[in-house]
Amino acid sequence: MHGKGLRGLSVATIVVLVGAFAVAAFYAPLDADQGFRQKIFYLHVPLAIVALVGFIVGGLLAIQHLRTREPIWDLRSYVAIHISLILGVGVLVTGAIWAKSSWGVWWLWDEPTLVSFLIVFLLYGTYTPMRFAIEDRERQARYASVFAITAGAFVPICFGAVRAQPQEVHPQTFGSGDLPGPMWLTFLVCLAGMALLFYTLYRFEIAAKLARGRLRSLRRQLLDDAPVQRRSAAPTI
Amino acid sequence: MFADTLPGDQGTPYVVAAYLVFLALLLIYLAIMGVRVARMERDLAELDDLVREGRDTPPSSEQEPERIST
Amino acid sequence: MRVLAAVLRKELRLELRTFESVPGMVLFGLTIFVVFHFGLERASVEGDLAAGILVVTLLFAGMLGLNRLYVADEEQGGFDGFLLAPVDRTWLFVAKATALFAYLVALEIVMVPAFALLLLEPGLGQALPELVLVLALTNAGFAIIAALVGAIAVRTRARDLLGPLIALPLLVPVVIAAAGLLEPLLREGGAGGLDAKWLAILGLYDLVFGLLSVAVFDPLLED
Repeated sequence: MHGKGLRGLSVATIVVLVGAFAVAAFYAPLDADQGFRQKIFYLHVPLAIVALVGFIVGGLLAIQHLRTREPIWDLRSYVAIHISLILGVGVLVTGAIWAKSSWGVWWLWDEPTLVSFLIVFLLYGTYTPMRFAIEDRERQARYASVFAITAGAFVPICFGAVRAQPQEVHPQTFGSGDLPGPMWLTFLVCLAGMALLFYTLYRFEIAAKLARGRLRSLRRQLLDDAPVQRRSAAPTI
Repeated sequence: MFADTLPGDQGTPYVVAAYLVFLALLLIYLAIMGVRVARMERDLAELDDLVREGRDTPPSSEQEPERIST
Repeated sequence: MRVLAAVLRKELRLELRTFESVPGMVLFGLTIFVVFHFGLERASVEGDLAAGILVVTLLFAGMLGLNRLYVADEEQGGFDGFLLAPVDRTWLFVAKATALFAYLVALEIVMVPAFALLLLEPGLGQALPELVLVLALTNAGFAIIAALVGAIAVRTRARDLLGPLIALPLLVPVVIAAAGLLEPLLREGGAGGLDAKWLAILGLYDLVFGLLSVAVFDPLLED
Protein backbone atom coordinates (compact mmCIF):
# COMPACT_ATOMS: atom_id res chain seq x y z
CA MET A 1 0.00 0.00 0.00
CA HIS A 2 2.99 2.25 0.12
CA GLY A 3 3.46 1.85 -3.59
CA LYS A 4 0.09 3.29 -4.35
CA GLY A 5 0.14 6.20 -6.72
CA LEU A 6 3.84 5.75 -7.48
CA ARG A 7 3.22 5.22 -11.15
CA GLY A 8 1.16 8.37 -11.53
CA LEU A 9 3.77 10.27 -9.53
CA SER A 10 6.60 9.02 -11.74
CA VAL A 11 4.79 9.95 -14.91
CA ALA A 12 4.06 13.40 -13.55
CA THR A 13 7.71 13.82 -12.59
CA ILE A 14 8.99 12.80 -16.00
CA VAL A 15 6.56 15.08 -17.78
CA VAL A 16 7.31 18.12 -15.67
CA LEU A 17 11.08 17.58 -15.52
CA VAL A 18 11.56 16.90 -19.21
CA GLY A 19 9.20 19.74 -20.00
CA ALA A 20 11.18 22.00 -17.71
CA PHE A 21 14.48 21.17 -19.41
CA ALA A 22 12.88 21.70 -22.80
CA VAL A 23 11.59 25.08 -21.68
CA ALA A 24 15.06 25.91 -20.38
CA ALA A 25 16.68 24.91 -23.62
CA PHE A 26 14.28 26.45 -26.12
CA TYR A 27 12.05 29.02 -24.50
CA ALA A 28 14.24 30.80 -21.99
CA PRO A 29 16.06 33.74 -23.53
CA LEU A 30 19.84 33.92 -23.64
CA ASP A 31 21.50 35.83 -20.86
CA ALA A 32 23.17 39.04 -21.97
CA ASP A 33 26.62 38.49 -20.44
CA GLN A 34 26.81 34.79 -19.89
CA GLY A 35 25.19 33.39 -22.99
CA PHE A 36 24.29 29.76 -23.14
CA ARG A 37 26.31 28.96 -20.00
CA GLN A 38 23.69 30.60 -17.88
CA LYS A 39 21.35 27.71 -18.58
CA ILE A 40 23.17 25.60 -15.98
CA PHE A 41 21.42 27.91 -13.56
CA TYR A 42 18.12 26.16 -14.30
CA LEU A 43 19.58 22.85 -13.22
CA HIS A 44 21.94 23.82 -10.43
CA VAL A 45 19.80 26.21 -8.40
CA PRO A 46 16.55 24.18 -8.28
CA LEU A 47 18.65 21.15 -7.36
CA ALA A 48 20.24 23.12 -4.54
CA ILE A 49 16.97 24.53 -3.26
CA VAL A 50 15.29 21.13 -3.25
CA ALA A 51 18.26 19.52 -1.51
CA LEU A 52 18.29 22.18 1.21
CA VAL A 53 14.55 21.98 1.74
CA GLY A 54 14.98 18.23 1.89
CA PHE A 55 17.50 18.59 4.72
CA ILE A 56 15.17 20.86 6.63
CA VAL A 57 12.24 18.53 6.04
CA GLY A 58 14.44 15.73 7.39
CA GLY A 59 14.76 17.77 10.55
CA LEU A 60 11.00 18.29 10.79
CA LEU A 61 10.36 14.58 10.31
CA ALA A 62 12.90 13.94 13.04
CA ILE A 63 10.94 16.17 15.40
CA GLN A 64 7.92 13.94 14.73
CA HIS A 65 10.04 10.93 15.52
CA LEU A 66 11.12 12.30 18.86
CA ARG A 67 7.56 13.20 19.70
CA THR A 68 5.91 9.92 18.74
CA ARG A 69 8.90 7.55 18.93
CA GLU A 70 7.45 5.59 16.02
CA PRO A 71 10.21 4.11 13.82
CA ILE A 72 8.39 5.09 10.63
CA TRP A 73 9.23 8.73 11.26
CA ASP A 74 12.87 7.89 11.67
CA LEU A 75 12.75 6.08 8.36
CA ARG A 76 11.16 9.09 6.71
CA SER A 77 13.73 11.44 8.16
CA TYR A 78 16.58 9.17 7.10
CA VAL A 79 15.32 8.85 3.53
CA ALA A 80 14.76 12.60 3.15
CA ILE A 81 18.29 13.34 4.32
CA HIS A 82 19.77 10.59 2.19
CA ILE A 83 18.15 11.78 -1.00
CA SER A 84 19.17 15.36 -0.24
CA LEU A 85 22.72 14.14 0.20
CA ILE A 86 22.68 12.49 -3.21
CA LEU A 87 21.18 15.58 -4.82
CA GLY A 88 23.84 17.53 -2.94
CA VAL A 89 26.57 15.72 -4.83
CA GLY A 90 24.83 16.85 -7.99
CA VAL A 91 24.70 20.42 -6.71
CA LEU A 92 28.41 20.53 -5.96
CA VAL A 93 29.39 18.96 -9.26
CA THR A 94 27.11 21.16 -11.39
CA GLY A 95 28.25 24.15 -9.34
CA ALA A 96 31.87 23.34 -10.11
CA ILE A 97 31.07 22.91 -13.79
CA TRP A 98 29.32 26.26 -13.86
CA ALA A 99 32.24 27.91 -12.04
CA LYS A 100 34.66 26.43 -14.53
CA SER A 101 32.62 27.65 -17.45
CA SER A 102 32.15 31.14 -16.05
CA TRP A 103 35.38 31.93 -14.29
CA GLY A 104 37.74 29.25 -15.45
CA VAL A 105 38.25 27.70 -12.01
CA TRP A 106 36.61 24.63 -10.55
CA TRP A 107 35.71 26.31 -7.28
CA LEU A 108 34.71 29.80 -6.20
CA TRP A 109 34.96 31.00 -2.63
CA ASP A 110 33.08 34.09 -3.71
CA GLU A 111 29.90 32.27 -4.52
CA PRO A 112 28.14 32.18 -1.11
CA THR A 113 25.55 29.63 -2.15
CA LEU A 114 28.18 27.14 -3.23
CA VAL A 115 30.27 27.68 -0.12
CA SER A 116 27.32 27.43 2.27
CA PHE A 117 26.21 24.32 0.52
CA LEU A 118 29.64 22.75 0.89
CA ILE A 119 29.56 23.33 4.65
CA VAL A 120 26.06 21.91 4.95
CA PHE A 121 27.08 18.95 2.84
CA LEU A 122 30.10 18.26 5.03
CA LEU A 123 27.86 18.31 8.07
CA TYR A 124 25.28 15.93 6.68
CA GLY A 125 28.08 13.74 5.41
CA THR A 126 28.62 12.77 9.03
CA TYR A 127 25.00 11.63 9.43
CA THR A 128 25.49 8.15 8.04
CA PRO A 129 28.82 7.43 9.78
CA MET A 130 27.27 8.58 13.02
CA ARG A 131 24.31 6.25 12.60
CA PHE A 132 26.62 3.44 11.66
CA ALA A 133 28.65 3.97 14.81
CA ILE A 134 25.66 3.33 17.10
CA GLU A 135 24.60 -0.26 17.29
CA ASP A 136 21.44 -0.14 19.33
CA ARG A 137 18.64 0.55 16.84
CA GLU A 138 16.50 2.62 19.12
CA ARG A 139 19.37 4.78 20.31
CA GLN A 140 20.61 5.14 16.73
CA ALA A 141 17.24 6.50 15.68
CA ARG A 142 17.04 8.85 18.65
CA TYR A 143 20.51 10.28 18.19
CA ALA A 144 19.98 10.59 14.46
CA SER A 145 16.84 12.61 15.13
CA VAL A 146 18.69 14.97 17.46
CA PHE A 147 21.31 15.38 14.78
CA ALA A 148 18.76 15.96 12.03
CA ILE A 149 16.99 18.65 14.03
CA THR A 150 20.21 20.45 14.92
CA ALA A 151 21.51 20.26 11.38
CA GLY A 152 18.16 21.37 9.95
CA ALA A 153 18.24 24.49 12.12
CA PHE A 154 21.82 25.03 11.05
CA VAL A 155 21.06 25.28 7.32
CA PRO A 156 19.48 28.76 7.30
CA ILE A 157 22.01 30.08 9.82
CA CYS A 158 24.89 28.85 7.72
CA PHE A 159 23.53 30.46 4.60
CA GLY A 160 22.96 33.71 6.44
CA ALA A 161 26.45 33.78 7.89
CA VAL A 162 28.24 33.02 4.64
CA ARG A 163 26.15 35.46 2.70
CA ALA A 164 27.00 38.20 5.19
CA GLN A 165 30.62 38.08 4.16
CA PRO A 166 31.65 41.00 2.01
CA GLN A 167 31.57 39.99 -1.63
CA GLU A 168 34.71 40.54 -3.57
CA VAL A 169 35.04 41.39 -7.20
CA HIS A 170 32.58 38.91 -8.62
CA PRO A 171 29.01 40.07 -8.70
CA GLN A 172 26.21 38.04 -7.29
CA THR A 173 25.88 35.59 -10.06
CA PHE A 174 23.18 33.24 -8.85
CA GLY A 175 20.01 34.29 -7.23
CA SER A 176 19.91 37.80 -8.53
CA GLY A 177 16.41 38.89 -7.76
CA ASP A 178 15.72 40.76 -10.96
CA LEU A 179 15.14 38.04 -13.49
CA PRO A 180 13.07 38.83 -16.55
CA GLY A 181 9.69 37.16 -16.80
CA PRO A 182 10.43 34.24 -19.12
CA MET A 183 13.49 33.33 -17.08
CA TRP A 184 11.50 33.37 -13.90
CA LEU A 185 8.88 31.14 -15.43
CA THR A 186 11.50 28.70 -16.65
CA PHE A 187 13.10 28.67 -13.25
CA LEU A 188 9.84 27.95 -11.49
CA VAL A 189 9.00 25.09 -13.81
CA CYS A 190 12.45 23.57 -13.25
CA LEU A 191 12.01 24.01 -9.51
CA ALA A 192 8.68 22.23 -9.66
CA GLY A 193 10.25 19.40 -11.63
CA MET A 194 13.05 18.97 -9.11
CA ALA A 195 10.65 19.03 -6.20
CA LEU A 196 8.54 16.36 -7.84
CA LEU A 197 11.66 14.33 -8.50
CA PHE A 198 12.65 14.50 -4.86
CA TYR A 199 9.22 13.45 -3.72
CA THR A 200 9.07 10.57 -6.17
CA LEU A 201 12.50 9.28 -5.16
CA TYR A 202 11.48 9.67 -1.54
CA ARG A 203 8.32 7.61 -1.98
CA PHE A 204 10.23 4.95 -3.91
CA GLU A 205 12.85 4.64 -1.20
CA ILE A 206 10.31 4.37 1.58
CA ALA A 207 8.30 1.76 -0.29
CA ALA A 208 11.44 -0.25 -1.02
CA LYS A 209 12.65 -0.15 2.56
CA LEU A 210 9.30 -1.11 4.00
CA ALA A 211 8.90 -3.94 1.51
CA ARG A 212 12.35 -5.19 2.40
CA GLY A 213 11.46 -5.07 6.08
CA ARG A 214 8.35 -7.12 5.56
CA LEU A 215 10.22 -9.63 3.45
CA ARG A 216 12.76 -10.03 6.19
CA SER A 217 10.17 -10.57 8.85
CA LEU A 218 8.29 -13.06 6.66
CA ARG A 219 11.51 -14.90 6.09
CA ARG A 220 12.21 -14.99 9.78
CA GLN A 221 8.79 -16.40 10.52
CA LEU A 222 8.93 -19.07 7.83
CA LEU A 223 12.48 -20.14 8.27
CA ASP A 224 12.81 -19.59 11.98
CA ASP A 225 16.18 -18.20 11.31
CA ALA A 226 17.30 -14.73 12.05
CA PRO A 227 19.77 -13.67 9.39
CA VAL A 228 22.84 -12.23 10.98
CA GLN A 229 21.96 -8.61 11.63
CA ARG A 230 24.76 -6.68 10.02
CA ARG A 231 25.39 -3.35 11.64
CA SER A 232 23.78 -0.82 9.38
CA ALA A 233 23.10 2.86 9.25
CA ALA A 234 19.67 2.53 7.72
CA PRO A 235 16.57 2.16 9.87
CA THR A 236 14.73 -1.13 9.54
CA ILE A 237 11.05 -1.35 10.30
CA MET B 1 12.35 32.70 -31.17
CA PHE B 2 14.14 29.41 -31.36
CA ALA B 3 17.09 30.69 -33.32
CA ASP B 4 18.51 32.83 -30.59
CA THR B 5 18.28 30.22 -27.85
CA LEU B 6 19.97 27.31 -29.54
CA PRO B 7 23.67 26.66 -28.73
CA GLY B 8 26.16 28.81 -30.46
CA ASP B 9 28.93 29.89 -28.13
CA GLN B 10 31.62 27.98 -26.30
CA GLY B 11 29.64 27.58 -23.11
CA THR B 12 27.70 24.67 -24.57
CA PRO B 13 29.89 21.71 -23.58
CA TYR B 14 29.71 22.79 -19.93
CA VAL B 15 25.96 23.05 -19.93
CA VAL B 16 25.66 19.67 -21.58
CA ALA B 17 28.13 18.20 -19.08
CA ALA B 18 26.11 19.53 -16.16
CA TYR B 19 22.87 18.06 -17.40
CA LEU B 20 24.62 14.79 -18.18
CA VAL B 21 25.93 14.61 -14.61
CA PHE B 22 22.39 15.01 -13.38
CA LEU B 23 21.17 12.32 -15.75
CA ALA B 24 23.98 10.01 -14.70
CA LEU B 25 23.08 10.39 -11.01
CA LEU B 26 19.48 9.56 -11.79
CA LEU B 27 20.37 6.51 -13.84
CA ILE B 28 22.75 5.24 -11.18
CA TYR B 29 19.94 5.52 -8.67
CA LEU B 30 17.61 3.60 -10.98
CA ALA B 31 20.23 0.92 -11.42
CA ILE B 32 20.60 0.53 -7.67
CA MET B 33 16.84 0.31 -7.36
CA GLY B 34 16.84 -2.33 -10.06
CA VAL B 35 19.35 -4.42 -8.15
CA ARG B 36 17.29 -4.07 -5.02
CA VAL B 37 14.11 -5.14 -6.73
CA ALA B 38 15.88 -8.15 -8.22
CA ARG B 39 17.13 -9.17 -4.80
CA MET B 40 13.66 -8.82 -3.34
CA GLU B 41 12.18 -10.95 -6.09
CA ARG B 42 14.78 -13.61 -5.40
CA ASP B 43 13.92 -13.61 -1.73
CA LEU B 44 10.24 -13.75 -2.50
CA ALA B 45 10.74 -16.69 -4.84
CA GLU B 46 12.67 -18.47 -2.12
CA LEU B 47 9.92 -17.87 0.40
CA ASP B 48 7.35 -18.93 -2.18
CA ASP B 49 9.11 -22.27 -2.62
CA LEU B 50 9.25 -22.71 1.12
CA VAL B 51 5.55 -22.16 1.50
CA ARG B 52 4.84 -24.54 -1.32
CA GLU B 53 7.05 -27.17 0.28
CA GLY B 54 5.26 -26.64 3.51
CA ARG B 55 1.97 -27.37 1.82
CA ASP B 56 3.12 -30.56 0.08
CA THR B 57 4.76 -32.19 3.05
CA PRO B 58 3.37 -31.79 6.57
CA PRO B 59 5.81 -29.39 8.15
CA SER B 60 7.35 -30.51 11.39
CA SER B 61 7.46 -27.04 12.74
CA GLU B 62 3.76 -26.36 12.20
CA GLN B 63 3.14 -26.02 15.88
CA GLU B 64 5.93 -23.50 16.31
CA PRO B 65 4.48 -20.43 18.05
CA GLU B 66 4.59 -17.37 15.88
CA ARG B 67 7.73 -15.42 16.41
CA ILE B 68 7.54 -11.79 17.25
CA SER B 69 9.14 -9.83 14.47
CA THR B 70 11.13 -6.77 15.42
CA MET C 1 19.52 26.43 39.56
CA ARG C 2 20.80 24.56 42.56
CA VAL C 3 21.16 21.56 40.31
CA LEU C 4 23.24 23.57 37.92
CA ALA C 5 25.45 24.80 40.72
CA ALA C 6 25.89 21.30 42.07
CA VAL C 7 26.76 19.70 38.75
CA LEU C 8 28.99 22.59 37.78
CA ARG C 9 30.82 22.40 41.08
CA LYS C 10 31.40 18.70 40.47
CA GLU C 11 32.71 19.36 36.98
CA LEU C 12 35.11 22.06 38.05
CA ARG C 13 36.30 20.16 41.07
CA LEU C 14 36.95 17.14 38.88
CA GLU C 15 38.91 19.25 36.47
CA LEU C 16 40.96 20.84 39.21
CA ARG C 17 41.83 17.47 40.63
CA THR C 18 42.57 15.55 37.49
CA PHE C 19 43.59 18.31 35.06
CA GLU C 20 42.18 16.30 32.20
CA SER C 21 41.24 19.08 29.86
CA VAL C 22 42.69 22.52 30.32
CA PRO C 23 46.45 21.85 30.44
CA GLY C 24 46.19 19.68 27.36
CA MET C 25 44.20 22.34 25.54
CA VAL C 26 46.70 25.05 26.48
CA LEU C 27 49.69 23.02 25.42
CA PHE C 28 47.96 22.07 22.19
CA GLY C 29 47.11 25.69 21.47
CA LEU C 30 50.63 26.90 22.08
CA THR C 31 52.00 24.19 19.85
CA ILE C 32 49.63 25.22 17.09
CA PHE C 33 50.96 28.75 17.29
CA VAL C 34 54.44 27.41 16.75
CA VAL C 35 53.25 25.26 13.88
CA PHE C 36 51.58 28.27 12.29
CA HIS C 37 54.80 30.19 12.54
CA PHE C 38 56.62 27.50 10.64
CA GLY C 39 53.78 26.70 8.30
CA LEU C 40 53.23 30.30 7.28
CA GLU C 41 56.89 31.29 7.55
CA ARG C 42 55.92 34.49 9.29
CA ALA C 43 57.41 35.99 12.40
CA SER C 44 54.47 38.27 13.01
CA VAL C 45 50.92 38.59 11.82
CA GLU C 46 48.25 41.21 12.02
CA GLY C 47 44.80 42.02 10.75
CA ASP C 48 42.83 39.27 9.10
CA LEU C 49 45.68 36.75 9.25
CA ALA C 50 46.03 37.27 12.98
CA ALA C 51 42.28 36.97 13.48
CA GLY C 52 42.20 33.77 11.49
CA ILE C 53 45.09 32.15 13.33
CA LEU C 54 43.69 33.04 16.73
CA VAL C 55 40.20 31.77 15.97
CA VAL C 56 41.36 28.57 14.31
CA THR C 57 43.74 27.77 17.15
CA LEU C 58 41.02 28.32 19.74
CA LEU C 59 38.72 26.18 17.66
CA PHE C 60 41.10 23.22 17.52
CA ALA C 61 41.98 23.49 21.17
CA GLY C 62 38.25 23.57 21.84
CA MET C 63 37.84 20.35 19.88
CA LEU C 64 40.24 18.74 22.28
CA GLY C 65 38.06 19.91 25.13
CA LEU C 66 35.00 18.53 23.36
CA ASN C 67 36.50 15.09 23.23
CA ARG C 68 37.28 15.10 26.93
CA LEU C 69 34.04 16.60 28.08
CA TYR C 70 31.91 13.51 28.56
CA VAL C 71 34.51 10.79 28.69
CA ALA C 72 34.57 10.50 32.45
CA ASP C 73 30.78 10.27 32.61
CA GLU C 74 30.70 7.62 29.95
CA GLU C 75 33.41 5.46 31.41
CA GLN C 76 32.53 5.72 35.05
CA GLY C 77 28.76 5.69 34.98
CA GLY C 78 28.27 9.37 35.49
CA PHE C 79 25.38 9.30 33.05
CA ASP C 80 23.55 6.67 35.04
CA GLY C 81 24.16 8.60 38.21
CA PHE C 82 22.63 11.67 36.68
CA LEU C 83 19.67 9.78 35.29
CA LEU C 84 18.86 8.38 38.70
CA ALA C 85 18.71 11.79 40.26
CA PRO C 86 15.22 13.34 40.20
CA VAL C 87 16.30 16.38 38.24
CA ASP C 88 15.69 17.84 34.82
CA ARG C 89 18.27 16.27 32.52
CA THR C 90 18.83 19.47 30.65
CA TRP C 91 20.86 20.78 33.58
CA LEU C 92 23.61 18.39 32.62
CA PHE C 93 23.86 20.11 29.28
CA VAL C 94 23.94 23.58 30.83
CA ALA C 95 26.55 22.48 33.35
CA LYS C 96 28.77 20.91 30.70
CA ALA C 97 28.49 23.95 28.45
CA THR C 98 29.28 26.29 31.33
CA ALA C 99 32.24 24.15 32.35
CA LEU C 100 33.65 24.16 28.85
CA PHE C 101 33.11 27.90 28.70
CA ALA C 102 35.18 28.19 31.86
CA TYR C 103 37.91 25.98 30.38
CA LEU C 104 38.01 28.12 27.26
CA VAL C 105 38.34 31.25 29.38
CA ALA C 106 41.22 29.67 31.27
CA LEU C 107 42.70 28.66 27.94
CA GLU C 108 42.45 32.19 26.59
CA ILE C 109 44.00 33.75 29.65
CA VAL C 110 47.16 31.89 28.75
CA MET C 111 46.91 31.75 25.00
CA VAL C 112 45.96 35.27 24.06
CA PRO C 113 48.96 36.86 25.80
CA ALA C 114 51.09 34.08 24.33
CA PHE C 115 49.70 34.95 20.94
CA ALA C 116 50.58 38.58 21.49
CA LEU C 117 54.08 37.59 22.49
CA LEU C 118 54.77 35.07 19.82
CA LEU C 119 53.01 36.23 16.74
CA LEU C 120 50.96 39.34 17.06
CA GLU C 121 52.33 42.51 15.56
CA PRO C 122 50.14 45.20 17.12
CA GLY C 123 49.72 45.08 20.88
CA LEU C 124 46.73 43.64 22.66
CA GLY C 125 46.01 46.81 24.51
CA GLN C 126 44.53 48.61 21.57
CA ALA C 127 41.14 46.97 21.83
CA LEU C 128 41.05 44.86 24.96
CA PRO C 129 37.40 45.23 26.05
CA GLU C 130 36.16 44.49 22.54
CA LEU C 131 38.46 41.52 22.35
CA VAL C 132 37.06 40.17 25.58
CA LEU C 133 33.51 40.57 24.31
CA VAL C 134 34.22 38.82 21.04
CA LEU C 135 36.01 35.96 22.77
CA ALA C 136 33.17 35.59 25.26
CA LEU C 137 30.58 35.25 22.49
CA THR C 138 32.82 32.87 20.57
CA ASN C 139 33.40 30.75 23.64
CA ALA C 140 29.66 30.55 24.17
CA GLY C 141 29.16 29.25 20.65
CA PHE C 142 31.95 26.70 21.03
CA ALA C 143 30.69 25.59 24.43
CA ILE C 144 27.09 25.11 23.33
CA ILE C 145 27.94 23.07 20.25
CA ALA C 146 30.60 21.07 22.06
CA ALA C 147 28.27 20.19 24.91
CA LEU C 148 25.63 18.99 22.46
CA VAL C 149 27.86 17.17 20.00
CA GLY C 150 30.02 15.72 22.75
CA ALA C 151 27.00 14.00 24.21
CA ILE C 152 26.16 12.56 20.80
CA ALA C 153 29.66 11.44 20.01
CA VAL C 154 30.70 9.98 23.35
CA ARG C 155 28.43 6.98 23.05
CA THR C 156 29.41 6.03 19.56
CA ARG C 157 32.26 3.90 18.40
CA ALA C 158 34.59 6.40 16.79
CA ARG C 159 33.96 9.05 19.41
CA ASP C 160 37.19 11.02 19.05
CA LEU C 161 36.70 11.26 15.35
CA LEU C 162 32.98 11.89 15.15
CA GLY C 163 32.95 14.68 17.72
CA PRO C 164 35.10 17.16 15.81
CA LEU C 165 33.76 15.92 12.49
CA ILE C 166 30.21 16.89 13.41
CA ALA C 167 31.13 19.99 15.40
CA LEU C 168 33.42 21.68 12.91
CA PRO C 169 30.90 22.32 10.13
CA LEU C 170 28.41 23.43 12.75
CA LEU C 171 30.95 25.93 14.08
CA VAL C 172 31.84 27.49 10.74
CA PRO C 173 29.46 30.44 11.20
CA VAL C 174 31.12 31.13 14.55
CA VAL C 175 34.53 31.07 12.90
CA ILE C 176 33.33 33.40 10.15
CA ALA C 177 31.79 35.86 12.60
CA ALA C 178 34.67 35.72 15.09
CA ALA C 179 37.29 36.24 12.41
CA GLY C 180 35.24 39.08 10.96
CA LEU C 181 35.00 40.70 14.37
CA LEU C 182 38.63 40.19 15.35
CA GLU C 183 40.16 41.41 12.13
CA PRO C 184 39.74 45.16 12.77
CA LEU C 185 40.78 44.68 16.39
CA LEU C 186 44.11 43.16 15.51
CA ARG C 187 44.97 45.56 12.74
CA GLU C 188 48.34 47.18 12.56
CA GLY C 189 48.20 50.90 13.17
CA GLY C 190 45.17 51.18 15.40
CA ALA C 191 42.12 49.06 15.88
CA GLY C 192 38.89 49.55 14.03
CA GLY C 193 35.52 49.15 15.69
CA LEU C 194 33.32 46.10 16.06
CA ASP C 195 31.20 45.26 13.06
CA ALA C 196 27.60 45.19 14.24
CA LYS C 197 26.61 42.70 11.56
CA TRP C 198 28.96 40.00 12.83
CA LEU C 199 28.08 40.75 16.41
CA ALA C 200 24.44 40.21 15.58
CA ILE C 201 25.13 36.97 13.73
CA LEU C 202 27.28 35.59 16.52
CA GLY C 203 24.75 36.58 19.15
CA LEU C 204 21.92 35.09 17.12
CA TYR C 205 23.85 31.88 16.61
CA ASP C 206 24.49 31.52 20.35
CA LEU C 207 20.87 32.21 21.14
CA VAL C 208 19.38 29.87 18.54
CA PHE C 209 21.69 26.97 19.24
CA GLY C 210 21.54 27.50 22.95
CA LEU C 211 17.76 27.22 22.92
CA LEU C 212 17.78 24.41 20.39
CA SER C 213 20.28 22.34 22.36
CA VAL C 214 18.31 22.77 25.53
CA ALA C 215 15.20 21.59 23.71
CA VAL C 216 16.84 18.65 22.07
CA PHE C 217 19.26 17.39 24.73
CA ASP C 218 16.88 15.22 26.71
CA PRO C 219 16.52 12.30 24.28
CA LEU C 220 20.26 11.84 24.27
CA LEU C 221 20.27 10.76 27.84
CA GLU C 222 17.54 8.21 27.93
CA ASP C 223 19.52 5.05 28.36
